[in-house]
Amino acid sequence: MRQVPTVKTLKINGRDLSGRQEETILDVARQNGIFVPRLCEMDGLTDVGACRLCLVEIKGQNKLLPACVTAVEEGMEVTTDSERLQNYRRMILELLFTERNHVCSVCVSNGHCEMQNLAQRLGITHVHFPYRYPKEDVDASHERFVIDHNRCILCTRCVRVCDEIEGAHTWDVMGRGIEAKVITDLNEPWGSSETCTTCGKCVHVCPTGALFEKGRSVAEMMKRRQFLPYLTLMRKENE
Amino acid sequence: MTPEELDQIAETEREQQSHFTQRVNVCVAAGCLSCQSQSVKDALDKEVAQRSTKDHCQVKGVGCMGLCSEGPLVSTSNGVLYKKVEAGDGAAIIDSLEGSPVSRLVCPTDVPFFQRQQKIVLENSGVIDPDRIEDYIAANGYTALIKALTEMTSHEVVDEVTKSGLRGRGGAGYPTGLKWSTVSKSVGTQKYVICNADEGDPGAFMDRSVLESDPHRVLEGMLIAGYAVGATEAYIYVRAEYPLAIKRLRNAIRQAERVGLLGSEICGTRFSFKIDLRLGAGAFVCGEETALIASVEGKRGTPRPRPPYPAMEGLFGQPTLINNVETFANIVPIIRNGGEWYSKIGTEKSKGTKVFALAGRVENTGLVEVPMGISLREMVYEIGGGIPDGRKFKAVQTGGPSGGCLPTECLDMPVDYESLAKAGSIMGSGGMIVMDENSCMVDVAKYFMDFCMTESCGKCIPCRVGTYQMHRILTAIGNMTATEQDLKLLEELCDLLKHTSLCGLGQSAPNPVVSTLKSFAEEYRAHIQDRKCPAGVCGQPVGETV
Repeated sequence: MRQVPTVKTLKINGRDLSGRQEETILDVARQNGIFVPRLCEMDGLTDVGACRLCLVEIKGQNKLLPACVTAVEEGMEVTTDSERLQNYRRMILELLFTERNHVCSVCVSNGHCEMQNLAQRLGITHVHFPYRYPKEDVDASHERFVIDHNRCILCTRCVRVCDEIEGAHTWDVMGRGIEAKVITDLNEPWGSSETCTTCGKCVHVCPTGALFEKGRSVAEMMKRRQFLPYLTLMRKENE
Repeated sequence: MTPEELDQIAETEREQQSHFTQRVNVCVAAGCLSCQSQSVKDALDKEVAQRSTKDHCQVKGVGCMGLCSEGPLVSTSNGVLYKKVEAGDGAAIIDSLEGSPVSRLVCPTDVPFFQRQQKIVLENSGVIDPDRIEDYIAANGYTALIKALTEMTSHEVVDEVTKSGLRGRGGAGYPTGLKWSTVSKSVGTQKYVICNADEGDPGAFMDRSVLESDPHRVLEGMLIAGYAVGATEAYIYVRAEYPLAIKRLRNAIRQAERVGLLGSEICGTRFSFKIDLRLGAGAFVCGEETALIASVEGKRGTPRPRPPYPAMEGLFGQPTLINNVETFANIVPIIRNGGEWYSKIGTEKSKGTKVFALAGRVENTGLVEVPMGISLREMVYEIGGGIPDGRKFKAVQTGGPSGGCLPTECLDMPVDYESLAKAGSIMGSGGMIVMDENSCMVDVAKYFMDFCMTESCGKCIPCRVGTYQMHRILTAIGNMTATEQDLKLLEELCDLLKHTSLCGLGQSAPNPVVSTLKSFAEEYRAHIQDRKCPAGVCGQPVGETV
């Protein structure tokens, strides 16, 4: 018997839209050109709902829900851009800027950074929380790549792409709270990692200048992500 | 194990115990053990062995008797409770069994601390030997399991729990019956039961005490739950900081397996069940159910967004029932006496009793079990015995780092889930810290924010960076360097964390700040505007904390 996909109709920002039942609010919004900010989500990787930027309001629910992991439901009325949500998003992004040392003017990803783009789009002109200025390491021990923890926002895209797509699981997270950081293997220098295949996928999914190729100077690190939808599509066809 | 064999064990044990006309119970739970109750027990053992009465005098190590601040506690068969007993008092206590009590050690039991309590969860604590399954069976242990297995369908068990009105004792107060019926209706190849014994709130030790004093009670509750929801495997997630609880649980599981109360085809029915322990590595966030599941699976203990709820997709993607230790401990009396009996205790929406760990600035600190709906005033002034040294009551903090501080105006409020939530706190797992005029509320808020900051898992941004920023502001207020602008930022952050954090830890982290800002705004103002701490705690090199 042929499986009939169940289609749900819903409203996003007053627009009548439809989505398949396994699709998320973010999927449907994206198909219809509705902008929902996010930094941890990436098409082709599992969703973790960690950055909290894609939170949306749903009528009849007092909780804000992350669009990236909330499945569409019949009759749902979603608001993605209320004043309150914009406010929260700006604050979350500001907190990110204060957490580590995000100095765009000297960053390899200046001009190509998802966080920088988002800040401009959300109209952040200044940060009203004090900066932490932590001392973070830069690990340049790998022959081709560098991790600069000063720019890391802990979105864990590198962890997921390495585990789910490359199958190496070189990256993981250690530490708690504000002390958390991404590590290679058991917190060894990237260069001496025994699991890393030097595929570079982590570098190209990284939203900021935390992961970059050696030899790139300020504003020179462009990320190429075409491989991810291509790989996921090929894998689906193989199944 | 058949019901008859269980009766046989109970009979044999009662028969043996009836030989003893004199009994001395020594508390060997963690509180009293830490003040050398083991040496008291050894001294008593030695003393009895030398006497002619040794064949009818029994010295028994038992679980917690509640008044932990007065330990080591010893109770005797002629109804006397002794406090602060030392090894050298052994002879005097044994002598007193045939004479008058040792007056210098007597702890009066006709006081509200004991009289106002109603023991359901703790009924065996301080009575039975937690290391012997026979003692538990002799106290009608495992009869509720037999009743459920042989006389009730799994559906009836769920109904009975629903009827009781029991709500989760871990903090959020979700109706237990509803959770059970959801899991029982979920579809999966394998279902799991998990007991959450990752009691991480500072100052809370209810679950530890239950596990140390009556481990079989928890196992029995889990077995009944497994039968009711159709699970065959279970885990107890217990924090590694509770070595004694772990030891007693391991021992209890082994004993239950040996007599056939755990394993395959229990009591000749088709019900099989096994229980394993998983030790937590000291992360508060692992008390959150999705983080706990990740930790049991061997992954990093971080929460994930819900839905899907563990009742649908939990451990290894299968339907999973997660309840707290105290919730499981309530199951046995509910099955034994019926849900209707249980629902008569407590208030309309909060049924039964609740165990609280009473701590802070009160005369009597320790573990108390009271019916829901008791007022805070009764808790503080009657059971707690009031504030020492005639100082003035200031606030009572419930729910640990997720809860709030309730001021004097709330003293006559009943202690139940709804009232506490309405007043800006939560029931939580049962920590209750009393504060007097010498406590600074800014310092209290800072203490809990420090806890939340270091215990945040770091997954979501609002909690990871937000708790850091809030802690920074609270520290500045404590150091008298904060400005009005900081206070505004603090309020903004409270709102942000509450509404945007991924899990309960981040969502409730602002509660101590919000509640103190609401009830003790003048203290914050004094720190910021007048640069002084009314309680004299902040800004001093050696400050006293909660």
